[in-house]
Amino acid sequence: MSADILSMKGITKVYPNGIVANKEVDFSIKQGEIHALMGENGAGKSTLMKILFGLEQPEEGSIILKEEKISITSPHIAIKYGIGMVHQHFMLVPSLTVAENMVLGIEPRKSGLLNIHKAVEITENLSKQYNLNVDPKAKIQDLAVGTKQKVEILKALLRGAEILILDEPTAVLTPQETEELFQELLSLKSKGHTIIFISHKLNEIKQISDRITIMRNGRNVGVFNTADVSREEISRLMVGRDVILKVNKSKAEPKDAVLNIKALNYTNEVGKKVLKDVSLYVRSGEILGIAGVEGNGQRELVEITTGLRRCSSGVVEINGQLINNLTIKQIRDLKTSHIPEDRMTYGVSSDGSIEENLISDRYDKKELNKSIFLNKSRISELSQSLVKQFKVKCNSPRQSVKMLSGGNIQKVVVAREFTADPRLLVADQPTRGIDVGATEFIRNKIIEMRDSGTAILLISADLNEVLELSDSLVVMYGGEIVAYFEEASQVNEVELGTYMLGLKTQTKEEVGRVAHA
Amino acid sequence: MRKEAFFEIIRTLVAILVALLLAFILVLSVSKEPWKALSSFLTGPLSTPRHFGNVVEMTIPLMFTSLAVCVMFQAKQFNLGTTGSFFIGAVAATIVAINIKLPIIIHPAAAILFGGIAGSLVGTIPAILKSRWNASELVSSLMLNYIMLFLGLFIINFYLRDVNAGAMVSYKLEQASLLPKLIPKTRIHFGLILALLMVAITYLFLYRTKWGYALRITGQNIKFAEYSGINTLAVILYSQIIGGFIAGIGGATELLGMYTRFQWQSLPGYGWDGVIVAILARNNPLYVPIAAFFLAYLRIGADIMSRMTDVQSEVVTVIQGIMIMLIAAERFLSVWRHRMIVKGAKQSISIEGESVNG
Repeated sequence: MSADILSMKGITKVYPNGIVANKEVDFSIKQGEIHALMGENGAGKSTLMKILFGLEQPEEGSIILKEEKISITSPHIAIKYGIGMVHQHFMLVPSLTVAENMVLGIEPRKSGLLNIHKAVEITENLSKQYNLNVDPKAKIQDLAVGTKQKVEILKALLRGAEILILDEPTAVLTPQETEELFQELLSLKSKGHTIIFISHKLNEIKQISDRITIMRNGRNVGVFNTADVSREEISRLMVGRDVILKVNKSKAEPKDAVLNIKALNYTNEVGKKVLKDVSLYVRSGEILGIAGVEGNGQRELVEITTGLRRCSSGVVEINGQLINNLTIKQIRDLKTSHIPEDRMTYGVSSDGSIEENLISDRYDKKELNKSIFLNKSRISELSQSLVKQFKVKCNSPRQSVKMLSGGNIQKVVVAREFTADPRLLVADQPTRGIDVGATEFIRNKIIEMRDSGTAILLISADLNEVLELSDSLVVMYGGEIVAYFEEASQVNEVELGTYMLGLKTQTKEEVGRVAHA
Repeated sequence: MRKEAFFEIIRTLVAILVALLLAFILVLSVSKEPWKALSSFLTGPLSTPRHFGNVVEMTIPLMFTSLAVCVMFQAKQFNLGTTGSFFIGAVAATIVAINIKLPIIIHPAAAILFGGIAGSLVGTIPAILKSRWNASELVSSLMLNYIMLFLGLFIINFYLRDVNAGAMVSYKLEQASLLPKLIPKTRIHFGLILALLMVAITYLFLYRTKWGYALRITGQNIKFAEYSGINTLAVILYSQIIGGFIAGIGGATELLGMYTRFQWQSLPGYGWDGVIVAILARNNPLYVPIAAFFLAYLRIGADIMSRMTDVQSEVVTVIQGIMIMLIAAERFLSVWRHRMIVKGAKQSISIEGESVNG
């Protein structure tokens, strides 16, 4: 291990909405190490890396590369300095081939035109050199997530990246793909590359990294050699207190079925079958979890259940009533609540005030109106009490939602949806991208709802969450339910991974139990 | 939140100042008597009661059309048919004012109401096209303005034209149908009170009723509105129907307050000016009177300037253009705003830092 190859000093970043993402952060990495950057969602690690890659400009601070002060004003310049980044959401053109994506912007030319043979050759050579197997002629849209990630890494390497930033690379991968990625990273390290690995998963960090920088609330709270620090210590530093990783809950006491889906099919606008013969039911007082890599039909299932989308065929019943042709309003009147996956698009109106966002599903109810006018004092009472009950951190309910942090915005959504007295709750990624405190709060509320008799359909990409919260569990792959586990607590992650990846499928009879026990 | 509002006010004022400054430079460079031009532009409207009256008279139709725009723009329906609704509203009022005999008070009320209904029909057409076939209301309402102009002219010229009058004008409106004047020596009429009443009604509608709430939420984020169970198709319809109604009332009021015959042969530009006023007022009805007064003041000032000096009144369009551009440009002054935010954030860092260290 040599001296610092790169260091960032005193970085402060304030976003236009007033959120301070980085507060005087110092960060440095050594040549040839795998350096983990850890912290909860919203701790400021992605922002710090965006600054390093030139996507954001800091208000204060400096970057020193090989003892020379540099200024990185755009990704273009970052690449020139040998810094490459693999984003969480891939920056690839789906309709182009691997080779075409690889050379995008630096195309080899023959008489002014793209030399596709050369591009394929370049890709093949690089792929061999780094032992990252990809097919140069395959289209990106046909590739598995893990392979797309390889293309992203190769892309950065082709542009001469010596320092490689990986932003939560394992978030979208199955356990098997993660293992493969780690092998690749170790091989890159042995070739002299330096890797910054952003993550908040303890196990992975312990396994792969040499050193760790931990961030909390926009600050750097410590740098360690991975071998010298325990998991408990890391987790304590990350959240500032000891986290209860286990959710406390009693055994479910399910009663009658509230949501009943039979032989549901959905073909999307471009003719792809997204849902194939999905059947399931959720009973009052139980949480049915849906695990699966994103994009395997979960979103469509949720949207059909809540009325945002119409199915192609099949039956969806809530409280015994067929909802296939009902409006969203009618479905909500059947006591259905919905925490949407994309909270900024569906969950809130960010220009509106907290108060306005809290009443969007009940503004027309009698108790909030007085003759033709809205009952201002009732509404204000209601919003005051919801803000208090759900611990939304704000100056006043009149404050606009866009000034809140992610966790508090989600609390606004949850406050509205949970207090609509639902019989069915569809919770889609209820704790995605929010801080630990808010996560814990929302999870406990979900359990509370279950215990008071609500039927809950939980969709989450966070394996830990589905396993901890669910009573029963199904796995979706390719638009089908491929596995059903009656006891979510008895499933292990690796086994789940094989189903999520489509490597294993349960028989029709085994899966059939979720349709009707 | 309060800081945000403060920032918006400052931004508007700076935009106005910059626009005025550039206009002055323009005047200085083209005029032989720039100082006279400037002083008649700025103080002309205050020079006589009649001039000041002109400003207030012009404020009235501007208030109506900009309120119409406020309602539609708050729902993010970019219906520019206010001009057409205003025109047809006046035509409809003409029909009632000439053909029907009613006692005072009831006559103008009936004419204005009829004007409003006619205006709302104009607003309905783009709304239906949008909700049925997702046709852009911007395009259809713009085209519709011309159809309304010629439909209106057809009605006036073929059925209501007074052949004995020297110009292309209608018969005289019934005396009972005219709106009374409020202030002597000016033409300020009862429409002013109607307009101010409309400001209050529109504000209450938008901010105090469930329909206004649904309308604003749909405008803020239509996907969120749909997800919440709000009937967004209904909002698309009624926002434009109401917008058309207000503009129609405006047209009728203008006619009955200012004229004794219908005499427009082209579209009066109040619909467009309504957009400018609504932008200045940030689509909030409460700011509409101030913004409308301001624009009317500029217009009358420019008129006086062009009468007294060698500068053309079109200089106002330069001011308008720059003003609207600067206000619409979100990045304008954003650096200053960002600095303000950073400063505020830094303070909270140091406070927090102390408590962490302590």
